[in-house]
Amino acid sequence: MSNIYKAFENGKAFIPFITCGDPDLETTEKIVREMEKNGADLIELGIPFSDPTAEGPVIQEANIRALTAGTTTDKVFDMVRKLRSGDDRVKVPMVFMTYANVVFSYGAEKFISTCSEIGIDGLILPDIPYEEKGEFIDITDRFGLDLISLIAPTSEGRISRIASEAKGFIYVVSSLGVTGVRSSINTDIGSVCEAIKQSSSVPCAIGFGISTPEQAAAMASFADGVIVGSAIVRLIAANGRNSAPVVGEYVKSMKDAIR
Amino acid sequence: MADKNGRFGIHGGQYIPETLMNAVIELEEAYNHYKNDPEFNRELTDLFNNYAGRPSLLYYASKMTSDLGGAKIYLKREDLNHTGSHKINNVLGQALLAKKMGKTRLIAETGAGQHGVATATAAALMGMECVVFMGEEDTKRQALNVYRMKLLGADVIPVKSGTATLKDAVSEAMREWTSRIDDTHYCLGSVMGPHPFPTIVRDFQAVISREIKSQMMEAEGRLPDAVIACCGGGSNAIGSFYNFIEDKDVKLIGCEAAGRGIDTFETAATINTGRLGIFHGMKSYFCQDEYGQIAPVYSISAGLDYPGIGPEHAMLHDTGRAEYVAITDDEAVEAFEYLSRTEGIIPAIESAHAVAYARKYAPTLDKDKIIVITISGRGDKDCAAIARYRGEDINE
Repeated sequence: MSNIYKAFENGKAFIPFITCGDPDLETTEKIVREMEKNGADLIELGIPFSDPTAEGPVIQEANIRALTAGTTTDKVFDMVRKLRSGDDRVKVPMVFMTYANVVFSYGAEKFISTCSEIGIDGLILPDIPYEEKGEFIDITDRFGLDLISLIAPTSEGRISRIASEAKGFIYVVSSLGVTGVRSSINTDIGSVCEAIKQSSSVPCAIGFGISTPEQAAAMASFADGVIVGSAIVRLIAANGRNSAPVVGEYVKSMKDAIR
Repeated sequence: MADKNGRFGIHGGQYIPETLMNAVIELEEAYNHYKNDPEFNRELTDLFNNYAGRPSLLYYASKMTSDLGGAKIYLKREDLNHTGSHKINNVLGQALLAKKMGKTRLIAETGAGQHGVATATAAALMGMECVVFMGEEDTKRQALNVYRMKLLGADVIPVKSGTATLKDAVSEAMREWTSRIDDTHYCLGSVMGPHPFPTIVRDFQAVISREIKSQMMEAEGRLPDAVIACCGGGSNAIGSFYNFIEDKDVKLIGCEAAGRGIDTFETAATINTGRLGIFHGMKSYFCQDEYGQIAPVYSISAGLDYPGIGPEHAMLHDTGRAEYVAITDDEAVEAFEYLSRTEGIIPAIESAHAVAYARKYAPTLDKDKIIVITISGRGDKDCAAIARYRGEDINE
């Protein structure tokens, strides 16, 4: 069992996502510290991938910026090592979000053992559904990481099977489609969360399309936390190397909205 | 054959977002039902024979045979199908299946535009809505096919992300399917992607080798010694190979696009330069860097310009049952011109990769040997690009 449960001990959890190396890893490091300071309960760090098929345009572009800046898996590991050491080390749980090929190509065992060694608590792989998790979960279990399960509005009859085996937290996808800011979320997310709760006591966090404090508050009423990616990545696209304070302020407004 | 989990050896599988899982499960159930349904098969055969123009000819290329001075050469003429390529075989099958499943809208990716044109054609025929995703780079290389798709009533969406070629068109079609599943079927164009697509597409394309087999028995009274087909994702190749897999004496040869050469970065030869990975829903071989970033591949042929290969081909490579060779742009262009002049048949630049290998291979065989080259499509779409390659600027 990882430390992810701690993220859900301060009321509703706020879980921000950023792409590592966007626009460079020094900025990512500053943003992570600023997010922790402003109330982030768990931080989702994206390792860039050339072809992120579950992402909308905002995060696709962040992946391109990060790769163009020369970001690699090893450099991301080094950055996390730095974040987790020293007196000012980051204490909130952190998980990696990336695509299966990044892990597979590195060598799943080498990747996951390194995660464990540098203080990463879990792994989100959007292209690994329940049916394919076998080749990763034995390794994440062995090294004390949680492989996060995703549940979508289309999961229906699959919910109980997925939820009953879930660990860390359950990533509830709010709507159809790819990541990105949405003006409204129309899925009956409440009943999805209720169905999950019948099979699992693992906390649920809702992501995809959430950008405003109002949306965050509404989603938090159904779940144990909310995940925000594109809205933050958009701030980083606009503010570049000066993003840390802007993102910090945004994280504070979102955490305040769901407290 | 894929096992029940959609695996071909270690390859294949279903590496897709949870949002799509029920959609592929529903597709698999529908396919397993309809593939044994006599009424479905009667309708499909009728479309094949009376709409697509099947069976396609198995043509004895006597001029090429005597010019090369080795094995006897036959051409499987998929270029004579309606819409000009083998793509129509799969599309008619999937469109009919989608219709039975109650879907009203087809989406597709396309590289050279052949699969897009075929999908737009089937959608027009069956009264379905159609949206085709095509890399922006390819919309320029294959402008004529863009026009054909629009003429057939499809929306063509130019994809600007990544390298703006086939892989990006696949990614965008997958994204679109994730956002609209209820009324939409993703009509995948090759033997790739998540299970059950590699099996479904293979089964609909297997008509090619079924026909080769019976036509060859009729013409020569025996099986060929080798079957040669070009191979990007690998749909015409698997279609040409499938019914010969158990006939161990028949050599199966897939021709990949080497682009400017397999020792350069400008190549799309997956088996020759790639390694095992997970992408676009499947485990297979992919062109990628040391960190698993998918490589920006290149080939003169938009249809072969893809960084992966279907999982069944990956297995046939692992077991040694099929061989995969790499053909450069230069060799393909020369073969394009060669077949045009020698036999009066202008092949698609994709198919020209298979012709190019046959030009090297046939002379090494005795005259009593027989090889079949699948001409997967016709080359009209490529004339302007080849003219440009040769330094001649022509208006389409």
